[in-house]
Amino acid sequence: MQDDVLILGGKTFSNRLLTGTGKFGAHAQIPQMLAASGSQMITVALRRVDITEQSENILEYIPKDVTLLPNTSGARTAEQAVRIARIAREAGCGTFIKIEVITDMKYLMPDNWETLRATEILAKEGFQVLPYVLPDLTLAKRLEDAGAAAVMPLGAPIGTNRGLETKPLLAMLIENCTVPVVVDAGIGKPSQAAAAMEMGADAVLVNTAIATAQDPEAMGRAFDLAVKAGRAAYLAEMADESTLARASSPLTGFLDE
Amino acid sequence: MKIFINGNEEHTESPTLADLIASRGLDAGPLVVELNQQIIKQEQWQATSLNEEDRLELLSFVGGG
Repeated sequence: MQDDVLILGGKTFSNRLLTGTGKFGAHAQIPQMLAASGSQMITVALRRVDITEQSENILEYIPKDVTLLPNTSGARTAEQAVRIARIAREAGCGTFIKIEVITDMKYLMPDNWETLRATEILAKEGFQVLPYVLPDLTLAKRLEDAGAAAVMPLGAPIGTNRGLETKPLLAMLIENCTVPVVVDAGIGKPSQAAAAMEMGADAVLVNTAIATAQDPEAMGRAFDLAVKAGRAAYLAEMADESTLARASSPLTGFLDE
Repeated sequence: MKIFINGNEEHTESPTLADLIASRGLDAGPLVVELNQQIIKQEQWQATSLNEEDRLELLSFVGGG
């Protein structure tokens, strides 16, 4: 397990739990959660400031050894996503970018087409592009061709905590993609994160389930354990399933036999 | 002069970007500034003069997933 690292956009990570900074009750919970979970990559968003009030700088709560993954939330077109990505890079947040283009406000479904367009543009500009998408194999291959550093298919709609509702589609991506597959969105419980990792996902991204838990720090630790357990099980290659029972103790050679 | 800050029409007499931000009492630390769709780094704020009809975006990083 020592050498089981995740390489994402040319960078090596020893932890496969990506986290987010949204929805925490207080920013001070973020560094606690990061320490407890061991997460080495965390998302942030970019917004217009309210010029009538002072706001905290969220970046001050993220240790320097944690890689920032700015997202393009709020973008409704590829062009807007590209603009946000360029701003984030100029602002010193590095070259990793999570493409998130959403026009459907009811289910927050990603716009796969705009996301592909943004990926094509940004990969050419030297960004490490992590597109948040619906798990569609054909699209995933196109994203790979466009130079995406990973694909980030959703398990369930953002913030729903419903788990791996797209499981058979995720399996297709995991089996056929050459870039890492990071299951993003919808994971509500550590067991669901473990299930994704058992399937062979390269990583998971969890925000809501940790940030809105009663104790985000402890939940971060729980997710870390689950991701590690799921990954270890995947590497150990699980035994097959069977319809009929298969005895685990010898059934003969005792007493009357 | 008339400028636009985050899409809203505003009036200012500040000659430079640095002056405007200071006059509004904004904490420069977390601020990311776009002027007419060009990103202006903090070290350039002092040398960036404002002009009529300029469109400013004042942005910062916030929590997000």
